[in-house]
Amino acid sequence: MSGESTVVAPPAQRASVASLVSGRRARLAWTLIAVAAGLLVFSAVRVITGAQDLTSAGAFGAMLTAAVPIGLAGLGGLWSERSGVVNIGLEGMMILGTWGGAWGAITFGVWGGVIVGALAGAVGGLLHALATVTFNVDHIVSGVAITILGTGAARYLSSFTFAKMPGGGVTQSPYLAQLPRFSLPGVDHLDGLERRHWFLISDLGGIVRGLLTNVSALTVIAILLVPATYYVLWRTPFGLRLRSCGENPRAAESLGVNVYLYKYLGVVISGGLAGLGGAFLSMVGSSIYREGQTAGRGYIGLATMIFGNWRPGGLAAGAALFGYTDALQLRGGSDSVHGLLLFITIALAAIAVYQLVRGNRAVGIASLVIAALAAIWFGTTRQLPIPFVQAMPYVVTLVVLALASQRLRMPAADGQPYRKGGD
Amino acid sequence: MTSRFDIRRVLPSVIAPIAAVLLAAGICSLILISSGKNPSVAFGAMFDRAFVGEASPATLTNIINKSTGYYLSAIAVAIGFRMGLFNIGVDGQYRLAAVLAGGLGASSMVAWMPGPLQILTVIIVAMVVGGIWAGIAALLKVYRGVSEVISTIMLNFVSGSILAYLLTTDRLGVIAPGGQLITSRPLPADTHMPNFTHLTGTSNRIVGFTLIAAALGFAYWFLLGRTRFGFDLRASGLNASAAVASGVNAKRMIVMTMVISGGVAGLVGLPDLMGHDYVVYTTIGGLGFTGIAVALLGRNHPVGIAFAALLWAFLDESRFALDLQDIPKETIVIMQGVTVLVVVVAYELAARISRRQQQRIVGQATGETQATPAPVGGA
Repeated sequence: MSGESTVVAPPAQRASVASLVSGRRARLAWTLIAVAAGLLVFSAVRVITGAQDLTSAGAFGAMLTAAVPIGLAGLGGLWSERSGVVNIGLEGMMILGTWGGAWGAITFGVWGGVIVGALAGAVGGLLHALATVTFNVDHIVSGVAITILGTGAARYLSSFTFAKMPGGGVTQSPYLAQLPRFSLPGVDHLDGLERRHWFLISDLGGIVRGLLTNVSALTVIAILLVPATYYVLWRTPFGLRLRSCGENPRAAESLGVNVYLYKYLGVVISGGLAGLGGAFLSMVGSSIYREGQTAGRGYIGLATMIFGNWRPGGLAAGAALFGYTDALQLRGGSDSVHGLLLFITIALAAIAVYQLVRGNRAVGIASLVIAALAAIWFGTTRQLPIPFVQAMPYVVTLVVLALASQRLRMPAADGQPYRKGGD
Repeated sequence: MTSRFDIRRVLPSVIAPIAAVLLAAGICSLILISSGKNPSVAFGAMFDRAFVGEASPATLTNIINKSTGYYLSAIAVAIGFRMGLFNIGVDGQYRLAAVLAGGLGASSMVAWMPGPLQILTVIIVAMVVGGIWAGIAALLKVYRGVSEVISTIMLNFVSGSILAYLLTTDRLGVIAPGGQLITSRPLPADTHMPNFTHLTGTSNRIVGFTLIAAALGFAYWFLLGRTRFGFDLRASGLNASAAVASGVNAKRMIVMTMVISGGVAGLVGLPDLMGHDYVVYTTIGGLGFTGIAVALLGRNHPVGIAFAALLWAFLDESRFALDLQDIPKETIVIMQGVTVLVVVVAYELAARISRRQQQRIVGQATGETQATPAPVGGA
C-alpha cells in the first residue's frame, strides 16, 4: 500500500511528495496499459470466436444500465465502511429505494422519484447508524435486520400505495414516467463502423456508441458520483476526518473529530446512495417497481467494493465487470459468454505467467490449472448453458478475491465497535 | 458472584427478549393505528387462529412444521456465530443439498437399500453436500484470507445457478403432474420420513423431522457446552488471539466450524422434502436468511432458538388471520423485521447493563466504595 491511503502515516513511512506523484503516475500508466491490452485481447477473441455481441453497442449500453445500480450500492458500501461501519444492509436500503423511486415518481414527478428514492435509502441508513453507532449492535447483525425490515416495509407500503392505483398491485407499481435521456451528437454514425467487424476499430466504435447514446440522466449522475466520492473522501478535510473514523477512531477523537457524527453521516450517505441505486432499478432499469427487483444487487455492490480494494476506481471497474456479464446474459448471449471463456483463459494464463515470474509458485500453478480447465471447456463446447452464464460474475469475483485478497486492505477499524472515551 | 446462576447476571438476558417482543408489538400497533386499523383486532385474530378457533389444529401443525426448518437453519447459523463466523451461505448450502440429496433419493442408486437405510443415506448426503459447499468458503478464508461474508454470499448465487441448471427436465427435474411447474423427481415411499399422527381437526401431520431437529439442538448444546471442541470454538469467538495463544489451531477451527455449520445447513430443506412435499421446487430458498434472524432472536441458545423459530412461524401463519380481518398481510413482515431489530438492540443494552452491574459487584468485593461507571455515550 502506498502512503497516501493511510490516514496517519508514521514519519518513517511518509513518502516524499515527488515519489508519491510519480507513484500515482506509474499506476495510472499501468492501468492504461492493462486496459489497452485487455481491449486488444478482447477484439482478438471477438474475431476468433465470431461472437460479435462481445463488443457491440447494445452490449455496452446494457452494461451501463446493469452496472449503475451495482456501482451505486458499492459506493454506498464505500462511504459506510470508510467511516468504519460494515453495511450489509445495503440490500434492504436498496429495496427501500426501489419503492421510494417508484412512489416518488408517481407522486412528485421523475426527479421527485430520484429524491424520494435516495431519502428512503437514507432512512434505512439512519436506522443502521442508530443500531450500530448509538447502540453498538454488531454491524452484520444490524445489517441483516435492516434487510428483513426493508423487504417488509416496501411490501407494506406498496399495499397502501400501488395496490390502490390502476395497473398497480402489492407486488408492482403502475408504469413510471421516464427520466430524460441523452446522446452525444454524431456518435450514431459509428454504427456503420461497427458493422464492418474490423479488428479493434469496430470494437472501439461499438463500445463508444454503446456508452454515449441514449444514456439516462441518472446514469450520468451515478457516473459523476464516482469521482465526486473520490474528491470528497480523499481531497477534502471532511473526507479525511470521515476516513480517520474508519482507520483509527481513537486518534480521530483525540484530534477533536466528532466520531459519532461522522459515522452517522457516512452511514446515512451510504443508505442514500444505495437508495439511489434502488430508484435507478425501478425508474430507469425497468420503469416499474417490482417486488424482489434488487435480486441481491446490494450484496453484489458490497462485493465490488471489496473487489475494488475500498476505493472508488476499483469499485467502478468491479461494477462494470458485473454489469457486462449481466448484460451478455440478458441479451441471451450464450455464444458471447462462450467467447468470454477464451478471454478468461488468456487472462488467467497471463496472471499465471506474472505470478510464476514473481516466484509465487502456488498461485501461479493454480491459475495455470484453472486456465487449462477453462481452455478445455472452451474447446469441447460450443455454447454455455444459461445458468452458467448467470453464475459467471460470481465465480469471477470469487477467483479474483482468491487471487488478490492478500493485497486488499480494508479500513483498519472497519466493523469494530467504538465508544466515546472508552478504553 | 461465585454462583453460576447469579440472578443479577441472568435477569437482564431473560427480561430483554420479553421486553423487546412487547416493544416490537407496541411499534407494530402504532403502525397499524397509523394506517387506520385496530391493533387489538389484529392481535386477537392472530391469537384465535393459532390457539382457539376452528383452524387452530391445522395452524399449530403448520407452525411446528415451519419452525422445524427455521430451527435447523438457525442452529447452522448459530454454530458459526458462536465462533464469530458469519455463515450467510446457509441458503445456498441447503438448496444445493436438497436438490442433490433429493435427486439421489429418487434415483435407482439407492433403491436396493432397505427403507431406513435409504432415509439415512439421503440425510447423510445432504449433510455432506452442505458441508462441502460451506467448506469452500472456509478454505478460501483460511488459505486466501477471503471474508466468509462475501464468499458465502457469492456461493449463494452460484448455487442458485447450479440449481437452475439441475432442475430442468433434461437432468434432475420432471414436470409436476397437472401443471407446468418443474420439480425434482418425487421421492419413492421408501425414502419418506415417518410423520406423527395428525391432531384432531386437521389432516396435516407434524413431520417426523421435528425429532431430528430437537436431537440436533441437544447435540449443539452438548458440543458447545460440554466438549473441548466447543470450548475452543467459543474461546475463538470471544477472543481469537487469546484462543490462539492458548494453543487453539485457528485454521483448523475455522474449517471445522464452517463445515459443521454447512452440514447442519444441508438438513434445512429435508423436513419439507422428506416429510411433506417429497419434491424440491425451483422456488426453494429463503430459509437461510430467516435462520439468521431466528438465531439472532434466540441469542444462539438452543432453547432460545426454539422459541424464536416458533414465534417466527407463528407470525408467518398469522398472515392468513390478518387477511380475513382485511388488514394487509404484509404487516407480518414488518413485525418480523421490527422484532429482530428491537431484540438485537435490547440484547446489546442488557449486556451493557449487566456489565455495569458486574463492575459494581467487583468494585464492592474489592473494597472500593465506588466503581468506575461504564462509559455511556451517544444513547
